[in-house]
Amino acid sequence: MTTGPGSASAHILRRDRDAGWIGGVAAGIARRFGIDVSLVRLAFVVATAAGGFGLGAYLLGWILIPPGESGSARSRLPTGRAAVEVALGTCLLLVAALLAFRELGIWFSDEIVWPLVLIASGGALIWRQSLGEPPQPPDAPRGPAQPPSTAPRMTAETAVADSRRAAAAISRTGIGIALVVAAGFVFLQATGALGAARDVLLALIAAVVVLGVIFAPWVVRLVRSLTQERAQRIRSQERAEMAAHLHDSVLQTLAMVQRSAADPSEVAAIARRQERELRAWLAGRAAPGQAARLAAALESAAADVEERYGVPVEVVVVGDRELDGNHEAVVAAAREAMTNAAKFGAGSTVDVYAESGGSRTQVFVRDRGPGFDLAAVPGDRRGVRESIVGRMERHGGRARVTRAPGGGTEVELVLEERQ
Amino acid sequence: MSEPRVLIVDDHQLFRAGVRAELEPLLEIAGEASGVDDAVDAIQRHAPDVVLLDVHMPDGGGVEVIRRVAAQTDSPPCFLALSVSDAAEDVIAVIRAGARGYVTKNISGEELAEAVRRVHEGDAVFSPRLAGFVLDAFAGPAPSPQSELDALTAREREVLQHIARGYMYKEIALRLDISPKTVEAHVSSVLRKLQLSSRHELSRWAAERGLDL
Repeated sequence: MTTGPGSASAHILRRDRDAGWIGGVAAGIARRFGIDVSLVRLAFVVATAAGGFGLGAYLLGWILIPPGESGSARSRLPTGRAAVEVALGTCLLLVAALLAFRELGIWFSDEIVWPLVLIASGGALIWRQSLGEPPQPPDAPRGPAQPPSTAPRMTAETAVADSRRAAAAISRTGIGIALVVAAGFVFLQATGALGAARDVLLALIAAVVVLGVIFAPWVVRLVRSLTQERAQRIRSQERAEMAAHLHDSVLQTLAMVQRSAADPSEVAAIARRQERELRAWLAGRAAPGQAARLAAALESAAADVEERYGVPVEVVVVGDRELDGNHEAVVAAAREAMTNAAKFGAGSTVDVYAESGGSRTQVFVRDRGPGFDLAAVPGDRRGVRESIVGRMERHGGRARVTRAPGGGTEVELVLEERQ
Repeated sequence: MSEPRVLIVDDHQLFRAGVRAELEPLLEIAGEASGVDDAVDAIQRHAPDVVLLDVHMPDGGGVEVIRRVAAQTDSPPCFLALSVSDAAEDVIAVIRAGARGYVTKNISGEELAEAVRRVHEGDAVFSPRLAGFVLDAFAGPAPSPQSELDALTAREREVLQHIARGYMYKEIALRLDISPKTVEAHVSSVLRKLQLSSRHELSRWAAERGLDL
């Protein structure tokens, strides 16, 4: 059989082991008659519940129906409106068969069989719908080909058809749910447990409503405050970043202006440079002369500090790397540490050592001044706490300020990249 | 041991004058020289204990001075390289030619005198910059077959890192909880490796500077 899909092979009753769950009997029947396999399975289940007939029929089918070729083409399952019609038809046939069984006396009990019929057919509908095939393309060969000028209208039509299909799908799911719920009611009614179930249900509904009324405002507030908190955290981080920048640049410049107030040309030069930097920063550009590599950036920061404070800054870099956002923060923190060392290092040489290799970058800034105690620095002085420690932490690194043996202060910056 | 006699070799007169002014109260200055020929002459004439040698000079620089002196005499003086800031290749070449240390010109007078004494006593003197150069040169994979000269030990690396961070030998000893003599031994061992290792970077730099070792 080398024919195309859905041709001759579909007209011979064969077990379909590929699509089957057990022996492929139901799947084979479904293919032969072009109905949904879940409906056939449902029929078998119900017939089994109604006296064991289904089980026997299935076994008989397994023995008698020859297996089909593995991997053979499947016929298309009817979906949409056709599915409902087929389902209805199968249901009616099933009901007829069941009534016949009942007359013959092959029967368990009304309490079980009818709810089972309902719950199974409802379930089958819901499952088919939710496991859902993707929406089918609109039936293409519908009459003669349409002139191209109607193309836009076609799309509009397609859209309408799509939404109609979606609505139909929802309504089919609704029918399924209604069937299942009905099955539950029928079962409760038949066993006389409806009254008790109603009480429980009422209590449950009442509890849900009460709890909802009590907790709804609280839940709403919680969600709202979480969102707010997050926004605030982002804002405060941005503010800290900006404060650190302003401290590094503007406040330092103002301090220098005060110190050299006697020399107007020096003041003008400092102010000009600061203006340039600030403009570049506000425009989101890197300050002029900023380098794209770690070693060059540290050198230029050192040269800057040297020029501003007249203190020699010795930079040694082992290994070099591209600068990303985090490493720019390391350079900025190192610059701040150099500035501190130049200001408080009593004029001694500032030693800067950077080592970058693999995922780890380390920078040491050391002076030989009297040293200072981080804990003793007043809280409103942002220098060390924000520009160095805070900045490093915000970028996933850490900073340590230690008193070096032999006098002086050493700032250690470490940034480790997560792989 | 008496204070070492120092010869200052640099092509900048102003710099020689500055170093002389700083060292005169601390050490004995044997003389000055302003170029390669001049320096070789002066070393023969004055027989200094230590030569402060500028890395960069016309006609071959410090490397050429060390080579010619080594060819002339069996007991050359100690050489201490001194310059502003040079490429790793130049500095390493001077060390491989035979200098026992390298310091930068921004060193203070007292520190320079201390470095001269140290070299005179046979120790190696590493400035932070030289330590950085060495760490860089030994950072890559060692050549194979690898001799013990081609890689630094963990301790040597640690000592060099502290030198690069601006620590004095005594401070490193305190920090690493070893004796200052041990620190010196580590630095001397690094110097030996620097001069004798056949690491690709080192030999390439040496070859580029006209050193055949």
